[in-house]
Amino acid sequence: MTGPDGMAILFWLFAIVTCGGALVVVLSRHIVRAAVGLILSLFGVAMLFLLAGAEFVGAMQLMIYVGGTVVLLAFGVMLTARRPLLPLSTTRDQWLAAVLLACPLTVILVQAALSYAPTDSVSAQVDAHSGVSTPVGMLPVTPARLGMALLGFSQDNHRPDGGEVSHGDSGYLLPFELISVHLLVVLIGAAYLARREVPSGMTPRDNQGQLQ
Amino acid sequence: MAQWLSDWLTLSPQWEWVAYLTVALLQAVILLALVMTAVALATWAERKVAGRIQDRLGPTRVGGRFGWLQPLADGLKLFTKEDLIPANADAVLFRLAPYLSFAPVFGVFMALPFSDGWVAHHFNTAAFFILAVLGLEVFGIILGGYASGSKWSLLGGMREAAQVVSYEVPLAFSAMLPILLAGTMDLVAIGEAQRGWFWNWFVFHDPFTFVAFWIYVICAVAGTNRAPFDLAEAESELVAGFHTEYSGFRWSVFYMGEYAAMAAVCGLGVVLFLGGWNGPIPVAEWLFGPASSTSPIVNFLSQLLGAVNFIIKCIIGVVFMISLRWTLPRPRIDQVMSMCWKYCFPLAALAFLGATLWVLMLPDGLLGQGHPKASTCEQSVMVTVERIETP
Repeated sequence: MTGPDGMAILFWLFAIVTCGGALVVVLSRHIVRAAVGLILSLFGVAMLFLLAGAEFVGAMQLMIYVGGTVVLLAFGVMLTARRPLLPLSTTRDQWLAAVLLACPLTVILVQAALSYAPTDSVSAQVDAHSGVSTPVGMLPVTPARLGMALLGFSQDNHRPDGGEVSHGDSGYLLPFELISVHLLVVLIGAAYLARREVPSGMTPRDNQGQLQ
Repeated sequence: MAQWLSDWLTLSPQWEWVAYLTVALLQAVILLALVMTAVALATWAERKVAGRIQDRLGPTRVGGRFGWLQPLADGLKLFTKEDLIPANADAVLFRLAPYLSFAPVFGVFMALPFSDGWVAHHFNTAAFFILAVLGLEVFGIILGGYASGSKWSLLGGMREAAQVVSYEVPLAFSAMLPILLAGTMDLVAIGEAQRGWFWNWFVFHDPFTFVAFWIYVICAVAGTNRAPFDLAEAESELVAGFHTEYSGFRWSVFYMGEYAAMAAVCGLGVVLFLGGWNGPIPVAEWLFGPASSTSPIVNFLSQLLGAVNFIIKCIIGVVFMISLRWTLPRPRIDQVMSMCWKYCFPLAALAFLGATLWVLMLPDGLLGQGHPKASTCEQSVMVTVERIETP
């Protein structure tokens, strides 16, 4: 655990790592270098989670995004690349589409970040609202509590002021179930795609790239 | 500790981060020294065990008393070797890959408890964190294979990727059993739950954990890319696999990563299944009384005994892995994959189900004595529910 100032230094360090990695992803012409940038960026995000006391989410970030997704990405690149060190060419249209998408997202994110009240002025009771970040004076976020929240036993169920529970406050059971349905669809889709691919085999071009 | 140092140096609050930084660096340096020593000892042990098992005459004779000069000679040779980067390689990624492979393994030791209170950072979810971080090691190897610009390296890297990603699944499944039994992902708490005689260790908790332990062993060997699962560097097929093009210092960083990963998976296995820092006989409790002793010296001694216990168990694990390498033949890649998906994974899943049922049906164990912490999971859920309902 680091003190306030050490915390700030580490925060800036990992924020720079995150943003630098993201810049590498966007600006690199080389897809594997971009993947390394993505790793750096996601690793920085995971470290920020750890720094905020959300250990479970940080480890999850490392396991799913860095350990799972990016490794699969690199694996896919290696399987499909026709020759090593293939440069990536982006057309002007793609840049335009990317900028059009990125600008509104940036606006939304910046607005959300600025509208969040600083931790000092948040009282301990309102802190309980967020299950992820752990401001001072809050119960430590244990995986057990996160699990309970995912099964519908969220702390949000019980307003600290004793008020009525509104309809949308029943933990995260519905999103949880929706995600599992989504994953099921993805699994079935993947199985379907793989099934169609197998009889026809690899295309000659891929084969050539594989064996040179 | 940082707070104590800061108080001791009477630092003003705005300079407190210096104390934190010092303590953090100190811990990192201690861990790094420990890991490096372990690597040097492991290379020495590797030669010795190989010499004994395969009747190789060199390692049993060379290098002074007990061959202690051999690791030094190895180190000197590696540092003075010419450093090559192939013309075909992607120089940036080629340079980066060994460090990407080593850094995660070092990160594991941050969360691994060596004893009751001796852990660099006490994570709430240490078991999960370690599994997540161990999975990152493979990326450095894939990258090294890709960036070398050589067919052998690329093939080795791809094999490694397929193998490690597959074996992570049963590894995590079997590691889930002790987590389930202890009701927490906190490695310190998991170790504490196995306090007492050796039959309290989770490996002897029930038949299913015994099976899960051996699945963990297989997957740990495969996950660290050690023989008989060293398909990624199969020297008879792929020259040297992913590190064909590496030499000198960069190669030795890969090598250190491999040995450090061995120590890391052994450490995790010891904490999860083999009682961690608790010896087979509860000598520590007889000598020092209950865990929370007030005297700092007694506390230190009991921690030290725990750490010695832990390290001895780790050494036994590493020597076991080394002797596996020199006794078993290497399977084909398809055999490796089918072993993972057709045998290890279903067995791990079955063991998981079985252990769940065991805890439900026989919460007190076969003899009715009860495992000290077997019902903690249920308790922690109950505590959580109560805490939520009475905010």
